Amino acid sequence: MKPAFALFQREWRIAGRIGGGASIGAVFFLLLVTIVPFALGPDLRLLAKLGPAILWIAALLATLLGLDRLFQADAEDGSLDLLVNSVLPLELVVLVKCAAHWTTSILPLVIAAPLFGLMLAMDGEALGTVALTLAVGTPALTMIGAIGAALTASLRRGGLLMAVLVLPLAIPVLIFGVAASSGARGLVFPAKPFIVLLAMTIFSLAAAPFAAAAAIRHVRD
Amino acid sequence: MRLSGENLILERGGQRLFTGLFFEVREGEALVIQGSNGAGKSSLLRAIAGFLPFSGGHLRHEGGNAQARLGEQAHYLGHADSLRNALTAEENLAFWAVVHGGSACGVKPALERLGLLHVLDFPVRALSAGQRRRVALARLLIAHRAIWLLDEPTTALDGGSQTLFASVMQYHLSRGGLIVVATHAPLGIGAARQVRLDYAGHASVGVAV
Repeated sequence: MKPAFALFQREWRIAGRIGGGASIGAVFFLLLVTIVPFALGPDLRLLAKLGPAILWIAALLATLLGLDRLFQADAEDGSLDLLVNSVLPLELVVLVKCAAHWTTSILPLVIAAPLFGLMLAMDGEALGTVALTLAVGTPALTMIGAIGAALTASLRRGGLLMAVLVLPLAIPVLIFGVAASSGARGLVFPAKPFIVLLAMTIFSLAAAPFAAAAAIRHVRD
Repeated sequence: MRLSGENLILERGGQRLFTGLFFEVREGEALVIQGSNGAGKSSLLRAIAGFLPFSGGHLRHEGGNAQARLGEQAHYLGHADSLRNALTAEENLAFWAVVHGGSACGVKPALERLGLLHVLDFPVRALSAGQRRRVALARLLIAHRAIWLLDEPTTALDGGSQTLFASVMQYHLSRGGLIVVATHAPLGIGAARQVRLDYAGHASVGVAV
């Protein structure tokens, strides 16, 4: 347990220092949400209707933003080699790194989502629902992204390739995430899309570490 | 503990680096890998550590923990030093100590051994190339692993630090450790077994003094 905690602590420290990029994701999220009303115009009813979808797309893009460095930085400085030969199973390394990434970069964004939703003229109930679906659904995005990050870890400028690989895989999460946040209003909880979203997160938490670890082991230079 | 290779073949990018490599290292012995640039020294070390597959032959280790892979019983130190710029020397080493199966309390003695106690709280990015190298070398001491796989360990070290590191290697050998090292510079650790890799793809074995 101690090595896993040490890895988590290291990731937190790196994210917190200058250039770590913990807050960049939330700022990027805010920018995306801010830009949309400029494009759509000041129609408040339209904005409120599109609100959950806008927040979800912004969350998806903000998640991908920092994720390409998840293993790349470790591959470049040789840390990944040592982690492969450490006392930790590589699957656990993947899971811990994802947990650290989610808590440092995505969780602030989930917490800020209701605030940003105000700019999209969403009402109180809708804001709460979106925050809840983001909290439940974004771990799946992180885990799916981790597979792409592992595949492109040793590539220079692999970030773009990672986005191309990961975005199609994230579509189901996006569909059910948006469905759960816009359909839940007036429905009895738990609504069906919400349960599917939860299932996707649980499945990705269980399966993605193995896929990402296999990718790290086999895609090496 | 004993590490041996029989008839090893290694290829990189479709190109054959060497064939028919035999070597053997026992407890308390060092094996020096020599050869010109591109002869496959680093690749051989990476393959022993388990990062690259050999295309043929057998790599064996006897003694030590039979359950664990060779790589898990070895310290690998390559050109990349595995130190994160944003963290201090102490934070970097404390992390690796725990992840290598040791404990963080070994960090100070290890840094002291390499004469680096004063940079404990410095972010690694603020260190000179030589100091940074010594922090990376201190990683070998924070958790005990019997096999050391070193790729040009003395790069960027000044004369005094090279002598210091020679004594560290001597100490490791005297405790029954074994070292496989690729280097161009003399290491100052006395007699060592030697492997020469050359362009023709043949490997020869001898003893260097």
